[in-house]
Amino acid sequence: MIKTLDLVPVLPEIFMAVAALALLMLGVFRKEDNTRPISVLVILVLGATMMLVSSLGGERHLAFNGLFVADRFSGFAKALILLASAFSVAMSLQYLEKERVSRFEYPVLVLLATLGMMMMVSANDFMSLYLGLELQSLSLYILAAYQRDSLKSTEAGLKYFVLGALASGLLLYGVSLLYGFAGTTNFDGLHNVFAGGHGHAVKPGLGIIAGLVFVVAGLSFKLSAVPFHMWAPDVYEGAPTPVTSFFAVAPKIAAVCLFVRVLTGPFGDLADQWRQVVTFIAIGSMFVGAFGAVVQTNIKRLMAYSSIGHVGFILVGVAAGGELGIQGVLIYLAIYLFMNLGAFAVILSMRQKGRLVEDINDLGGLSKTNPAMAFIMAVLMFSMAGVPPLAGFWGKFYVFMAAIEAHLYTLSVLGVLSSVVSAFYYLRIIKIIYFDECSEPLDRPVGRSIALVMAVSTLVVLAFTFVPAPLVTGAKAAAAVLFPAAG
Amino acid sequence: MNDWPLLSLTTFLPLLGALFILTIRGETEVVARNARAVALLTSIATFIISLFIAVKFNGASPDFQFKETALWFPGTTIAYSMGVDGISMWFVILSTFLTPLCILSSFGGVTVRVKEYMVAFLILETMMVGMFCALDLVLFYIFFEAVLIPMFIIIGVWGGARRVYAAFKFFLYTLAGSVLMLLAMLVMYFEAHTTDIPSLMAHSFPFAMQQWLWLAFFASFAVKVPMWPVHTWLPDAHVEAPTAGSVILAGVLLKMGAYGFIRFSVPMLPDASVYFTPLIYTLSIVAVIYTSLVALVQEDMKKLIAYSSVAHMGYVTIGIFSMTVQGVEGAIYQMLSHGVVSGALFLCVGVVYDRMHTREINRYGGLATRMPKYAAVFMLFTMASVGLPGTSGFVGEFLVLLGAFQVSSWVAFFAATGLVLGAAYMLVLYRRVVFGRLTRDDLKTILDLDMREIAVFVPLILVVIWMGVQPNTFIDPMHASVAKLIDNYELARAAHEGLSVAAR
Repeated sequence: MIKTLDLVPVLPEIFMAVAALALLMLGVFRKEDNTRPISVLVILVLGATMMLVSSLGGERHLAFNGLFVADRFSGFAKALILLASAFSVAMSLQYLEKERVSRFEYPVLVLLATLGMMMMVSANDFMSLYLGLELQSLSLYILAAYQRDSLKSTEAGLKYFVLGALASGLLLYGVSLLYGFAGTTNFDGLHNVFAGGHGHAVKPGLGIIAGLVFVVAGLSFKLSAVPFHMWAPDVYEGAPTPVTSFFAVAPKIAAVCLFVRVLTGPFGDLADQWRQVVTFIAIGSMFVGAFGAVVQTNIKRLMAYSSIGHVGFILVGVAAGGELGIQGVLIYLAIYLFMNLGAFAVILSMRQKGRLVEDINDLGGLSKTNPAMAFIMAVLMFSMAGVPPLAGFWGKFYVFMAAIEAHLYTLSVLGVLSSVVSAFYYLRIIKIIYFDECSEPLDRPVGRSIALVMAVSTLVVLAFTFVPAPLVTGAKAAAAVLFPAAG
Repeated sequence: MNDWPLLSLTTFLPLLGALFILTIRGETEVVARNARAVALLTSIATFIISLFIAVKFNGASPDFQFKETALWFPGTTIAYSMGVDGISMWFVILSTFLTPLCILSSFGGVTVRVKEYMVAFLILETMMVGMFCALDLVLFYIFFEAVLIPMFIIIGVWGGARRVYAAFKFFLYTLAGSVLMLLAMLVMYFEAHTTDIPSLMAHSFPFAMQQWLWLAFFASFAVKVPMWPVHTWLPDAHVEAPTAGSVILAGVLLKMGAYGFIRFSVPMLPDASVYFTPLIYTLSIVAVIYTSLVALVQEDMKKLIAYSSVAHMGYVTIGIFSMTVQGVEGAIYQMLSHGVVSGALFLCVGVVYDRMHTREINRYGGLATRMPKYAAVFMLFTMASVGLPGTSGFVGEFLVLLGAFQVSSWVAFFAATGLVLGAAYMLVLYRRVVFGRLTRDDLKTILDLDMREIAVFVPLILVVIWMGVQPNTFIDPMHASVAKLIDNYELARAAHEGLSVAAR
């Protein structure tokens, strides 16, 4: 069953690549620095890609000699990634124009990074995984340093680049070990090697384990999971805010989905080996995220720690594994997307007299000066803290449900306790908004696209409890394809 | 109205009212007036609808009635499932009864951000009623936890000087307990493969698992009740909350913990409940005696009543874990009575606080001369709190002691000392505030109750006396459910004993 050139499953990616190059040319030849038309076109491209992805249907297709796979899981992940990227581009328009960094490369770089993410979640071989990962990372390095006159931004870009390169090195080293000991880099091939002949798993050698650990470490860096999280707060703070909002969502989703595919696919039978590593990373991330954020006053740094914490909760689902665990991960990711986009939409509109502000105390008394935005932020913060009936609760509910099913009791207890700690700093933001006296009021009105993102994400967060079925069934179907034996 | 979804209607009508208030726009004054009117009308309508539940309720049947079920989360058994039995029905009525009074009472005290206040209160009502109606573990948890959001806002925005500290303490204490309960619920789900509360009551869990589950539930409910030593959030929350917030906190929110014991711990985990009964008795007795002594030395009126709440809830937990029909009925009755009486006492404090803006007991004295109506009302509720026969407080305490005596005379003895102490601190409070000579200048112009305040107190007075004189109105409908609870409990115990005998 060698199909060399079945390009249909890769159609969305090919379309995106061609469109990105075409838009780059268009930008160069237009000779005027204005992001607006290109951004609109990028959003259209993302929308069209979404349609292409959904038209593929649910069957599992391989392409490029098994390097590339398109199935329901990748479809679900791609839908989330495209949505996140499109929202991010829409949110950043106003910022770019006001800060005079409106150059056409910005949306194109986002498009290229998104393409890299699409390749990541569809990778079926460590080679294609690495290609997608690097395409994404290189675009992100540039984006982090996009505000090139700002010292902080360039520092963030450089820091991200150096540490990212190190992580890629770790990953490659792990892959080379795996190739040396298992003889293939293909996920299906690796799966067959580890599955053993007659239903019982082969006990893996030390080289395999070492390679596995290096791969997990390299990917944890991309997830900004503890202990590879150090770059996140600095990069989040230094990068321009729209870039931060992009960093916080789409690459996270891609990296998590990639992580899931690698661990459940080729290493599915080595679950006993990687579970303790993932459990450790999960506990570390939840606690560092919770305690680290408590002392932050810069809202972007706070969001960095918050996202480290969220990754920890997501990894609880990964550690639990199984169909329920992965379903939980996907539900968590979808809800995380909306919560974070909404929160960053609020952060992007934090301006006083035209000047951007980033201190959480600048939100003081927002409930009096802008009640609608205060309500939105409060809903999102309660949701992130995981208080029912808001959507954020259900994300946590599903991952802990999976953890309990897998009998990971210690992990669950530590996890829920860390969620109480993290509730403290989310509540602190609500306290500043609702209980504190007015500071300088924030500028009004906020941009139209930002208001739209706020409204949509708040609506999703509020409504999920009432109509959970579409997301839950979609995530279930997507998770099921990773476990063909069970289905 | 036979096939109307009465419970959903009662639950979500306040939410509709809240949404409606959100749409009100215009001048601040006009918005405030309209928001008050809409909130009051909505809550009264909710109360009237909830009365239909009481009227149509079949007291002879121990089953859950007015059941509603709808699919909710595909792929799991989590469903939107509502229903009430003789126990939970009264708490629904208690919630819907207190809410309009709270809203009416805050017409005077709350003058800023009235619209948001009313929205928060109506959302709170939805969550309280929903929690008592929920027949699904997860649905219960949702309502149980969601209560925190409006209450956090109410304490934090309209509270006193240390409101931020109190709001955080309230939220984090409760959350820390509840998350462990959530894990226990998930364990139950995977053990019994259902989240349906009636089915879970029929399921028997292994003893070792029961102990862990029981402790996890205990972590949540003990904070909520609150039991000594995790009661410290309550005085802070009560002192800082606005009057109506205190009323709901004492009247309904404290009952959620004890209701949880009745609904989950005892019927689902009977063996562990027996195992941990000495723990409950000890903590409850400490609560009754220690917090009564603490109440004696308080200088803040609200703090005193808050500590008295802890002591009164100590009776409730003793009654529940006495596992006798009298004890459990007494506990429920005590909860209802305490909901009305302590709510009324907080309103009494609120009346003078609105006038003088202080709750310090020393700042008052001799109010009887200027405020005779107030003195009479306050006295009635003081007596009810002390447990004078003829008021609601007596019936509950008497039944609890009756139940406790059958199990252990020592427990009953220590609990009874709480009665004496309770009389002491309540009478001291009353004497210092109402009797004596009116010496302070600013008190000489204080006004007696106005029409609105009388309208708030009259229903409470009627209920307190009705509950004291005609307890059967309230006990008869709950009797079948309580008897079933005790029967099932005895059966489960017998099975467990039989098992352990067979194992030998």
